[in-house]
Amino acid sequence: MVYFFQQALNALQLGSIYALIALGYTMVYGILTMINFAHGDLFMIGAFFCFLIAFYLKLSFVPTLLLSMVGVAFLGVVIERLAYKPLRNAPRVSAIITALGVGLFLENFTLALNPYPQHIPALIADQTWTIGNVSISSLQIIIIVLSLFLMLVLDFIVQRTKAGMAMRAISWDKSIVPLMGVPINKIISLTFAIGTGLGGAAGMMYGLAYPVIDPYMGIMIGWKAFISAVVGGIGNIRGAMIGGFILGSVEIMVAAFLPSTYRDFVAFTLLLILLIFRPYGILGKPNPQKV
Amino acid sequence: MSKLKAAYQTLLNKWHIVIAHRFFWPIFLIAGLLFSIAASTFDILDLYLQLILIYVGINIILTVSLNLINGYMGEFSIGHAGFMAIGAYIASLLTVNIFPQTANIFLFPTAILAGGIAAALIGLLVAIPSFKTRGDYLAIVTLAFCMIVKSVLENIDVVGGPRGLLGMEKLTTLPWVFFWTVLSLWVIRNLVYSKFGRGVLSIREDEIASDLMGVNTRQVKVIAFVVSSFFAGIAGGLFAHTLQYINPRMFDIIKSTDILIMVYLGGIASIAGSILGAFIYTILLEILRPLGVWRMVFMPLMLVLLMIYRPRGIMGLRESSLFVPVRDLLAAKFRRQKKKEAGDASA
Repeated sequence: MVYFFQQALNALQLGSIYALIALGYTMVYGILTMINFAHGDLFMIGAFFCFLIAFYLKLSFVPTLLLSMVGVAFLGVVIERLAYKPLRNAPRVSAIITALGVGLFLENFTLALNPYPQHIPALIADQTWTIGNVSISSLQIIIIVLSLFLMLVLDFIVQRTKAGMAMRAISWDKSIVPLMGVPINKIISLTFAIGTGLGGAAGMMYGLAYPVIDPYMGIMIGWKAFISAVVGGIGNIRGAMIGGFILGSVEIMVAAFLPSTYRDFVAFTLLLILLIFRPYGILGKPNPQKV
Repeated sequence: MSKLKAAYQTLLNKWHIVIAHRFFWPIFLIAGLLFSIAASTFDILDLYLQLILIYVGINIILTVSLNLINGYMGEFSIGHAGFMAIGAYIASLLTVNIFPQTANIFLFPTAILAGGIAAALIGLLVAIPSFKTRGDYLAIVTLAFCMIVKSVLENIDVVGGPRGLLGMEKLTTLPWVFFWTVLSLWVIRNLVYSKFGRGVLSIREDEIASDLMGVNTRQVKVIAFVVSSFFAGIAGGLFAHTLQYINPRMFDIIKSTDILIMVYLGGIASIAGSILGAFIYTILLEILRPLGVWRMVFMPLMLVLLMIYRPRGIMGLRESSLFVPVRDLLAAKFRRQKKKEAGDASA
C-alpha cells in the first residue's frame, strides 16, 4: 500500500508535466485546428533555456522559471509568425508538415550547438519529508503545486478574461469573429505565447526532476503529451489536464507493477481501446459531419 | 544544321505521340534492368553509389505506398515505419533462422514477399479504425500503432529485443531493388487509375458523397491500407538486407517523419512526385553529408520554406504525362479542344 501511494505521487508528478505540455497542444488546436508538432521540441528548448540560465547566470528558481517561460513563449510567437501564419489558408496537411519541419529544425539546431546531454544544476534545496512511510521531496511538491497553480491561472484566463473570451470565440468560428472587431492575429499570438510558455515551464520541471536533458528528449514526451490531449478530447483545455494525469498514472503504474519495458505498449494499447469507445476523447464533443 | 533543327522540331511536335504510345517504357525498363545487373556484377559503379541507388529505390517504394493513403486517399497516416518494421523483422527472421544458408540467394524473394504479406495482414487490422475515425484521430491511431510495434519488438527476446537483430547476409542487390521499385510503382499507378482508384480519390474529396454515389468506402479503405502496408513491408525487408542489422529504434516516429517529408516534398497524389521526392531527399542528404550535423538543420529549414512557398510539394496533385493512361490524356485533349471550340463560337 505504501508502495502504491509512493507511485501515485510519482504519477501525479509525471502527470502534471504531461498535462502542462498537453495544454499547449490543445490550445493551439482549439484556435487554429492545427496540430503544432513542434510543441514537444519547444518543451525541450524550455529545459535548455533553464539549463543556460541556471548554469551561466546562476539565478535562483523563480527568475529562472520566469525567464525560460518568457523565452520559450517568445520563440513560440516567432515560429507562429514566420512559419505558420503564411499557411493559415493553405491545406491543413502542409501546416502539419511545416510543424514537423520546425520540430526537426529545433532538435537538430540544438544538437548542432550542444552535442552532449546536459545536467541542470539543482535549484531547490533537496529536502524529504516522510508521512507514514511515504516520502515526499520538496521538488515533487513544487512541481505538483506549481503546475496546478499554472493550470488554475490558465483556466481563469480562458474562462474569465476578455482575451480568453476572444480565444473561445475564435475557436468557435474563425470567419465571423474578426468582423466583430476581435484582433485575431493578436489573440492567436497570445494563445501561442501562453501554450508554449506552459511547455517551457514543463521543460524546466522535467529537467529538474529527471537528471539528463538532451536535444531529442522532446520527441517522445511531446508525442505522449499529444496523446494525453487526444485522450482528454483535443481542443478541450480541461480535457488536456485530465488526459495528462491519466497517461501519467497509467505509465507509472505499469512500470511499477509490470516489467518497465511494457510501459509504452500498455499505454498505447489503452489509448487505442479508449479511442474505440470514445472516439472524441473523454471531454471532447462529437463533431457530426454535416452534408 | 537546319536539317537537324527541322528534325528536332518535328520530334518536338510529335513528342506527345511518343509519350502517348509509351515507346519509352519498355526501353527504359529493359535498359534499367540491364544497367542494374551490370552495375552490380561488373565494376561500373562503386559500392557507395550502388548503396545510394539502393536507398533511393527503397525510399521510392516507401514514398509511393504512403502516397496512396496520404495523397490519393487524403487520410493522414504517420505509422508507416511500423509496417516497414514488420516486413524487416519477418524477412530477416526467415533468412537468418529458417531458410537454409545455402538456399538464401534463391529464397530471398520469398522472404521479402513474406515480410510484405505479414505487414499487409497487420495493415488490415489498422484499416478497421479508419472506418469510423478520420483526420487527426486516425493519425493518432496510426501513431499509436507505430509505437506499439516498436514496443512489442523490444519485448520479444527471439528477435533480440532492444539489442536488435543481426546476421542477415547482404542479399539486397541493385537488380532486386529495381524490380521491387518498378513493381510497386506499377501496381500503385494501375490501382490509382482503375475503378478502385476513382473510389480512393472520391474518398479524399468527400467521403459521405462517395458513399451515397455507391462507392464501397470500407472496401476501398481496406484495399488501400493493405496495398500500402504490403509495399512498406517489402521496403522493410529490402532495408534490413541492405544494412544487415536492424533494431526497433530504427523504425520509430522519426523514420515515419522521414517518409512523410518525402511524400510532401515530392507532392501528394502524384507518382512522379513520389519518385522525385524520394530521389531529391535521399540524394540531397548524401550531398550535404560534409556539413555534418548542420545538414539536419538545413533539411527541415528547406522543408519549411518549401511548404510556405509551395504548400502542395513539387508535383502536388499533378502528374507527369508518362504515368497518365492514354485514355485520360486523350480525354483531356478532347476537353481542351471542345473548350477552345466553344470559346471560338462565343467570340
